[in-house]
Amino acid sequence: MTAAEIVFVLLGVVALGSAVLVVTTRQLVHAALWLVVSFGALAACYLLLTAEFVAWVQVLVYVGAIVVLLLFGIMLTRAPIGRSDDLDSGNRVAALLVGAGTAAVLVTVLVQGFRTAYLDLGGPPAGSASAVGESLFRAWVLPFELLSVLLLAALVGAIVLSRSDIGPEADPGAGSYPGPNAGSYSGER
Amino acid sequence: MHVLYPVVLAALLFSVGVYGVLARRNAILVLMSVELMLNAVNLNLVTFDAYLHDAWHSGQALTLFVIVIAAAEVGLGLAIVLLVFRNRATIAVDSLRELAESDEPDEPDGSGEPDESGAAGARAVDAVDAVGADR
Repeated sequence: MTAAEIVFVLLGVVALGSAVLVVTTRQLVHAALWLVVSFGALAACYLLLTAEFVAWVQVLVYVGAIVVLLLFGIMLTRAPIGRSDDLDSGNRVAALLVGAGTAAVLVTVLVQGFRTAYLDLGGPPAGSASAVGESLFRAWVLPFELLSVLLLAALVGAIVLSRSDIGPEADPGAGSYPGPNAGSYSGER
Repeated sequence: MHVLYPVVLAALLFSVGVYGVLARRNAILVLMSVELMLNAVNLNLVTFDAYLHDAWHSGQALTLFVIVIAAAEVGLGLAIVLLVFRNRATIAVDSLRELAESDEPDEPDGSGEPDESGAAGARAVDAVDAVGADR
């Protein structure tokens, strides 16, 4: 084993262990914080694979934005701060079987397919900001711009969904239209 | 470095995400597990970009795209989760059974049989709408 492989295995153990803690912990806030550890270890893995720009984007977007959004979601749904024992559904055994089966099939196929494949991480830097930006704005410019429009549409949709002062239930006088809220729907039953 | 190290790590992370999606009750924890699965895909993309020495850096560009889509997905998903919480006061995914198929026909006229095939689904929806208009 080379030094890079040893470091990668250590980082992989950290990423995998914290991922397992994310899906098994009993405390909701701890799950989000273990997610930070897992994403950080994965960003270090990207650095080892010479994808430094992707690593920094991972730190900025995942650790900086997505985990904060998830923490806001936990806070706004008034989740209990301490231990809560109802985080797992009743089909844990079936989920464990499916997860173990997925792992067995994928690892078997990958070991069979890539037993003699080696990464050549030398050569010119393939993952620097200038190299990635050059290919992104030369070969991938149309999907890039489309994705910016998609992100804008998604965030506008999120704002529309989470504002309660717009939409059909805004005016209290109009009681004839049932609206998308579940109260009138379940009250109808 | 051997290709198997990052690829096997990605496969194991994906399996952990699959377990989390299936086993968790809280909708926010399900979203976190989906993020784990997306990260496994990202690790695969970066690995094969470095392995194949792609001239267009396809793997890293697609990794950036997946990160952007994950951000959009989490934003929309959390908005939907908050809307569900506002209407139902719970985000446990196994208690949201409004769209579940029930075995006993509980419609008043019995026309909306739940075990009909998909081709008859439109007629069942029409029947339910007609029942709703009669009320």
